[in-house]
Amino acid sequence: MAEASAAVVRLEAVRKDYGEVVVTHAVDGVDFTLRAGEFTALMGPSGSGKSTLLNLIGLLDRPTAGRVLLGGVDTAGLDDAALTRRRAREIGFVFQFHHLLPAFTALENVMLPGMADRGRQDPRLRERATELLRRVGLADRLRHRSNALSGGQQQRVAIARALAMDPPLVLADEPTGNLDTGSADGVFALLREINRERGTAFLVVTHDRRMADRCDRIVELVDGRIVADSAGA
Amino acid sequence: MPFAWFVALRYLREGRMQTLLILAGVSVGVGVIIFLAALIDGLQASLVRQTLGTQAHVVARRPDEAPRLLTIGNGAGQVVRVEQPAQRLRAIDQWRQAMAQIEATPGVTAVSPAVTGPAFAIRGAANRAVTLRGVDPDRFNVIVNVRAAIRAGQFLLAGSNAVIGAELARDLGVTAGDQIRLATATGPAETFTVSGIFDLDNKEINQRWVLVSLREGQTLLGLAGGVSIIEAKVARIFDADRVAARIAAATGLSVDSWMTLNRQLLVGLRSQNSSRYMIQTFVIVAVTLGIASVLVVWVVQKNREIGILRAMGTTRRQIGRIFLIQGGLLGFGGWILGSLFGALLSLVFARLARNPDGSPTFPVALTPELFLGTLVLALAVGHLSAVGPARRAAMLDPAQAIHHG
Repeated sequence: MAEASAAVVRLEAVRKDYGEVVVTHAVDGVDFTLRAGEFTALMGPSGSGKSTLLNLIGLLDRPTAGRVLLGGVDTAGLDDAALTRRRAREIGFVFQFHHLLPAFTALENVMLPGMADRGRQDPRLRERATELLRRVGLADRLRHRSNALSGGQQQRVAIARALAMDPPLVLADEPTGNLDTGSADGVFALLREINRERGTAFLVVTHDRRMADRCDRIVELVDGRIVADSAGA
Repeated sequence: MPFAWFVALRYLREGRMQTLLILAGVSVGVGVIIFLAALIDGLQASLVRQTLGTQAHVVARRPDEAPRLLTIGNGAGQVVRVEQPAQRLRAIDQWRQAMAQIEATPGVTAVSPAVTGPAFAIRGAANRAVTLRGVDPDRFNVIVNVRAAIRAGQFLLAGSNAVIGAELARDLGVTAGDQIRLATATGPAETFTVSGIFDLDNKEINQRWVLVSLREGQTLLGLAGGVSIIEAKVARIFDADRVAARIAAATGLSVDSWMTLNRQLLVGLRSQNSSRYMIQTFVIVAVTLGIASVLVVWVVQKNREIGILRAMGTTRRQIGRIFLIQGGLLGFGGWILGSLFGALLSLVFARLARNPDGSPTFPVALTPELFLGTLVLALAVGHLSAVGPARRAAMLDPAQAIHHG
């Protein structure tokens, strides 16, 4: 495990409500800190608020109450453009269904976050994307469209894309949930390797206890509240 | 390449069928607008050219004589009937000064003084009522290009030469070089040599006009040293009304423009324009709705992908720009194809619709301004139709879009 150090993200009494007449507390008073280099599993039954929590940490959504601090900065005061910029540079996403853009090749998919950030194509982005795809074992699949790749390969491209901006934090929503056991093990091992090589913090939503046991820390969520945290935080 | 262009182009290429369909829609729209404009502009230009080929843009003459009331007794009398006096041919007062004023009026490009009145052309036993026009040949030729219409002889008015229309020449049985006599109600009959015969493509004028020198005209019509009208040409024909009003104000003369003298033609042209603009407006609305509907469907289909782009750091502004670029590109592409289509349609039509003598029935006017105008229009329509879809896409909630598509 990487040295527990500065907080990459900190949630303070975060609450997220849905509905106006019948109010649902999807996340209900969560205090949570994720440190640099930490590899954490987020578990919980369906509807426990895992995805909502991930969206709040990923700045895809704003809390109803409480504070989300990214790199020590309170995100409440940031406008949409600033949130987007921070999201691009500080957070990588890996989704269950990979969510690659089928109109683009593997290489282009990995280049897109950098292009969006800089506003244009850049030879350095191409070099970096190529290197990342080589790292995830897809050096020979650069020009393939996502639908020409296997599920495991697609998820590897998605991992390379999440790392495109070299973010300190990657949020992975059931990254192996849609893969056969062999591919799932491979993808999980890759995430772990990247965590060790780069010191990237990972928050991985999973239902698989076996995978969770291979993480540094396990956080369990029930009804929007943290009911167990192996780090004791 | 900028990010928004890269994504916009890729998605246009990916949605090949949709892109082609909407391009076809825009092309047909642009093509129809170009075809309609080329046809109507050509037709109108030809009608106006024909009308103005034989008349001045502006004609100034002395105001009609108005009846003057005489005071009866001590002024307590009552006038029960005012008789309009018969209008005799009269010269314009100080016509040289008036001509200089007209020449100096902004918008006027040429002036020609003339004396004009009724006369008889006589040859042997045949005689015809004609309109005698005493003109300065060089000045008059700028107003009505007689020189180009000469079919026999030449446009020569010096001395006792006269130039007459082809129909009149046929009626009198004369050719260039023959002599005719011209008589008016006020002056003596004089003999003229027919120096040239013109054909101005207008039967009435070919039958009636007899052109002589200004001096001979003045003598025949009894207006020694005077002129009865001053004709002028203007730079912009549809400004003729305004120029006429300016001349009237400056000179105090009674001034008519071709627009008042050809009211019916003008009404016809205006109605043509109204129907043209109406058709074009509906075409524009249809094209705008077409592009917008395709882009809206695209936004709905690509909800999740837009959400992913947002999650990866694409700003709302960039998402919006992607759609505006797509709208603009569809407009531009449609303009290129539509221009070709419209031009082709116009040329084919011009080739097929011909008079018995082989001349085109409808001259088409494919001008650079027309293509430039439709380009601006197509780009504007493309962008405008993309505004709604762009806003909708930019406002998508990325978390919702990713999870629910």
